[in-house]
Amino acid sequence: MFSGKLHGIHAPHRKNTVDRVPVRLPVPPVITVPMSMNIGAPAKPVVKPGDEVKVGQMIAEAGGFMSAPIYSGVSGKVKRLDEIVSANGRFDTVVVIETDGQQTVWEGVKPPVVTDKDSFVEAVRQCGCVGLGGAGFPTSVKLNVDPDRVHAIIINGAECEPYITSDTRTMIDSADDVIYGAQLLQKYYTADRIVIGIEDNKPQCVKIMQEAGKGVPGFEVASLPALYPQGGEKVLIYNTTGEIVPEGKLPIDVGAIVINCTTLAVIAKYIKTGMPLVEKVVTVDGSAIANPQNVIVPVGTPIQNVLDFAGLKCEPKKVLYGGPMMGTSVPSLEAPVMKNTNAILAFDAKDAEDPVPSSCIRCGRCVAHCPFNLMPAAIESAYNNKEPEKLKALKVNLCMECGCCSFSCPARRPLVQVNKLAKAMLNQYNAEQKAAAEKKAAKEKEKEAV
Amino acid sequence: MNNMIVSVNPHIYAKDTTQTIMRDVLIALFPAVIASIVFFGVRALLVEVVCVAVAMACEWAFEKITNRPITVMDLSAAVTGLLLALNLPASIPIWQAMFGSFVAIVVVKQFFGGIGQNFANPAITARVIMLVAFSGAMTNWTVPAFTDATSTATPLAILSSEGAAGTLPTLAQMFLGARGGSMGETSCLALLIGGLYLICRRVITWHTPAAFLGTVLVLTALLGQQPLYQVMAGGLFIGAFFMATDYTTSPPTPAGKLIFGVGCGLITVLIRVWGNYPEGVSFSILLMNILNPYICEWTKTKPFGGVQA
Repeated sequence: MFSGKLHGIHAPHRKNTVDRVPVRLPVPPVITVPMSMNIGAPAKPVVKPGDEVKVGQMIAEAGGFMSAPIYSGVSGKVKRLDEIVSANGRFDTVVVIETDGQQTVWEGVKPPVVTDKDSFVEAVRQCGCVGLGGAGFPTSVKLNVDPDRVHAIIINGAECEPYITSDTRTMIDSADDVIYGAQLLQKYYTADRIVIGIEDNKPQCVKIMQEAGKGVPGFEVASLPALYPQGGEKVLIYNTTGEIVPEGKLPIDVGAIVINCTTLAVIAKYIKTGMPLVEKVVTVDGSAIANPQNVIVPVGTPIQNVLDFAGLKCEPKKVLYGGPMMGTSVPSLEAPVMKNTNAILAFDAKDAEDPVPSSCIRCGRCVAHCPFNLMPAAIESAYNNKEPEKLKALKVNLCMECGCCSFSCPARRPLVQVNKLAKAMLNQYNAEQKAAAEKKAAKEKEKEAV
Repeated sequence: MNNMIVSVNPHIYAKDTTQTIMRDVLIALFPAVIASIVFFGVRALLVEVVCVAVAMACEWAFEKITNRPITVMDLSAAVTGLLLALNLPASIPIWQAMFGSFVAIVVVKQFFGGIGQNFANPAITARVIMLVAFSGAMTNWTVPAFTDATSTATPLAILSSEGAAGTLPTLAQMFLGARGGSMGETSCLALLIGGLYLICRRVITWHTPAAFLGTVLVLTALLGQQPLYQVMAGGLFIGAFFMATDYTTSPPTPAGKLIFGVGCGLITVLIRVWGNYPEGVSFSILLMNILNPYICEWTKTKPFGGVQA
């Protein structure tokens, strides 16, 4: 069994915007709201061109169990439904809304009635919440578990990515909401412990949460070493409870629910006021940004508007959703801010440049820094030699793509990229193996029948 | 549409590159270079310059001829050249030193695919080949400065069963480097400074040198030798800190490094005590290089949360 400390990297912090109280972006003339902002099924539009919408009004319903509804963050008129290529390369439907600048709140916005666990989960579902740390997992699905199985509720306040301070601002500006959310979870799940994990490079957050959480039974603040990736789900669970989530299992299988602090604050706000998830605090930073800051942005706002607001020093050569370790680079500045966007980073030509890989020198840094003890260099050679059985043995499927291996590689090997490709290779191989086994079984059955 | 760069995460990198790592090794070897000049004169510097230059030239020429990317600027050839030089006697004929550099870079490194692909340490292998090919010149030790020794025999040769004539240097002389031997291996102090520098810079970890030195210390004590003397004698310090820690030819995991170091120590002592050669550091590292793939296989990491099917 595994014991000891998980590895990681000392990434630069660059939390330049920690003291920047979020300011509201002037209402953009047009927003484009994508339907795929969560893991699982995309939402289904319930508006058509010409419809008037107001702030907090539903524009798309959940497209299935593993999905979440979407609400408008602006008042205005639906111009058209369109199709775009999103940053992950897939086609996605967008609802394009022309704003009227009035920001009229929809009449239907009122606090939900929450009396028990089921109505709480339903409220979370109605709120449109998805994992705001970046994963975009529908929160209601995560919370739809038997309360008896929950021993620890772990609030993710690690915010281990460089640059990003939006969770930090949540803890500073909305500590009461976070605590209210924690109390709700405690009420409906009666966990033994409610732990909020915060990296120790944010001592002010540790202090604020300790103050705010006084008197909440079972509540504690865990100060975590600022060793990226503390905010990784399995890393956070291990470092706060000592439990290891086994391969193929979920946090709830070790009695844990992990929820991001901003997600929790959004749920709390919805239950207090009835205003669903329609806007996000986004950290705008990077070497191309003139005035790094935190901005409150309606979901669907084109990145261009946000960058113009913060000011550009130069033409951005690379723009990211999220942090520099796990963020996705966007192909166009028309790409919208999504529910799970916690930062927009814009980099100049120098920082945007892709490094040139050279030969692996077998230094072992990728192994020494992998939080999950994987062997990225060995995975790379197994992938290049097209050996799926080896990939299976090397457990490439466990990789969370945190980026520690590529970050620390002195030869600048594209290890994360290869891990992604290797996972796809392994999945395909497993599917083929399964199909072949089924075919064989069917044939044998046929033989028996004859 | 402006032409923005779209790439896979991560988008930032640590400062270390192959070049900075190799530069750190060169910096770490600097005290040993100084010591070699102090004890064995300017000829030592000449051999060092020749070995480095020939190593880099051979790498460049081979890559040019075989139409591969030129990797001279990653400085790994310079490290190999310098390590080889430090493992030679200062009196070595220049053409032999040049031959050694050629063997290290072309035969041992490039023929196997270049950096990261060779199975044995180029400098060590070249030295062993030279020891066999030019055994006279390779054991023709120069009298070190600051000693009143009349014999140039190495302490290990004096201690060995054949018992070469000569008086043993004191422990202090051993530590500082005033004794017979290869020009870069004699000053334990200089090598220790360099080794600690590499550990502080996280270029190497403590595992291999500690296991290597520790094993020699304990085993020689058990066999009734003089353990402190044995640890400081011969090429043990330069081997433990600079040669056995070579990335390409030693295991990446801490457990693997410990096994590798213990193995090196064991073979060194066996050769020193019962072998035909007075010194066994080079042979021990070379043998462990050959076993390295097996050690890597035995010491694979256990994935966090991994379930064996």
